[in-house]
Amino acid sequence: MALFRKKKKYVEINPNRADELRERRAQIPDGLAERCPKCQAIIFQNSIENDFLCPKCSYHLQFPALKRIKWLVDEGSFEEWDSDLTAKDPLNFPGYQEKLETSQKITQLKEAVITGQAELEGLPFAIGVMDSRFIMASMGTIVGEKLTRLFEQATEKELPVVLYIASGGARMQEGILSLMQMAKISQAVSKHSQAGLFYCTVLTHPTTGGVTASFAMQGDITLAEPEAIVGFAGKRVIEQTIGSELPNDFQTAETVLKNGFIDHIVPRKKQARVLRFLLAAHKPSSESAGV
Amino acid sequence: MNAYDIVKKARDIQRLSTIEIINALCSEFIELHGDRRMEDDQAVVGGVGLIQDKDPITIIGIQKGRNTEENIRRNFGSSGPAGYRKAERLMKQAEKFQRPVLTLINTAGAYAAPESEEYGIGEAIASMLITMSELTVPTLAIILGEGGSGGAIALALSDQVWMLENSIYSILSPEGFASILWKDSRLAQEAADIMKLTATELKELQVIDRVIAEGEKGETFTNEELAERLIPKIIATFEELEKLDPKERVANRYNRFRKF
Repeated sequence: MALFRKKKKYVEINPNRADELRERRAQIPDGLAERCPKCQAIIFQNSIENDFLCPKCSYHLQFPALKRIKWLVDEGSFEEWDSDLTAKDPLNFPGYQEKLETSQKITQLKEAVITGQAELEGLPFAIGVMDSRFIMASMGTIVGEKLTRLFEQATEKELPVVLYIASGGARMQEGILSLMQMAKISQAVSKHSQAGLFYCTVLTHPTTGGVTASFAMQGDITLAEPEAIVGFAGKRVIEQTIGSELPNDFQTAETVLKNGFIDHIVPRKKQARVLRFLLAAHKPSSESAGV
Repeated sequence: MNAYDIVKKARDIQRLSTIEIINALCSEFIELHGDRRMEDDQAVVGGVGLIQDKDPITIIGIQKGRNTEENIRRNFGSSGPAGYRKAERLMKQAEKFQRPVLTLINTAGAYAAPESEEYGIGEAIASMLITMSELTVPTLAIILGEGGSGGAIALALSDQVWMLENSIYSILSPEGFASILWKDSRLAQEAADIMKLTATELKELQVIDRVIAEGEKGETFTNEELAERLIPKIIATFEELEKLDPKERVANRYNRFRKF
């Protein structure tokens, strides 16, 4: 058995090398490079264009909310609403406050959604963009509040709403209050709709759970980004129920389009053009007379 | 009794069910089937009844089976898109004929299956929520056993929401909750303790308006006794709601959910 016995100690040329490496690695700032979830290519931050596409395969990477707004709307036209609203811990859930603080630090956001009004080639609209870097853009009370106010204020100002959606679903740490947001937002969407105003969704990766089962599927027109996962129950949950594996394209936007629940898949390069067209096609009649 | 004991009681398939309440409340009732899109989902029972031979009412409820055979037919009380679309169709019918809507909820959640996704379970619930937001007739929802997640709130955007004493209402099952947050579904007991899913806790949070006692002086009511006590409360509440102007009723409901 002596053959397999581990040698006592290897000779080390530079015993400090491991520590040095660790130290050097620690000095490399975080987020300098990431891997494309699709083609696995290493993407350096400075090689990403302002549309956050993978330079190799054009996969639609996670798009930070503020950067997405800047990329989409007319320069200088964005005016943020309810920027003072910060995530809360309504049920005093153990460990939640710390989780929120970490997310806030990393994303520099107060919650997982930014709302406001802007213009696209001069056409005014209300806009909401969810940011999946913030606890998977799950829906807590403040996400619900900001979205409800978005629809309420848009109704008041007679503005159409464009909502970029991403969400892992309900915010578990806010329990039942998170579930209540589905009802709260739906009511506000309905009021906006009954006022004859236009609501367009853009489903981005991932759009799931209670968000899919409420405002993500309540738009007049439902757009989606290529390859975004769009579904209600999680893939793993369903696999557990049926005891077998599901295909890779299960719940992709392309499949959901085929099943009849998405109007159109629009890659980022074409989004501004398509949204401008839709905003123009749905202009409130009183206004179009004046232009 | 800790929270998880209540979870177990809420899941008891012998609990007071939709069909028993329909029988106790209505002198006559006709079940209406199908969503007019693809099928008749038997996890959802719905139809039109008469209260005391005169007042029409639409009742829609989720029904679990009492035995394996019935449970298979009722899909263990987990409705797919067709069930919610049937419910939505019956609600629109109620609105047209201006009769109140009673919804009765006992589901672990909407059916999680490939075909559910394929036929748009998310869209079915989303559409249901819009329809309930737009109803102008009086609405009351009662959670009888499990009130699980989106599948429950889809039927609970009502003027009033009640819970039976030993029912639960939550974002997810305690097992699912423990599995998501702590990666271990065996911690369901601990999850139940912090989730605030019992009727008493939810009344405090004003998520529900009323808790219906399931017994008194240490004695648990039989299903017949419980139904007998529940029926007059339902009738009285609909009478009260009827007195309000529809606009006021809708505004009250908006504010009821707006506060969360």
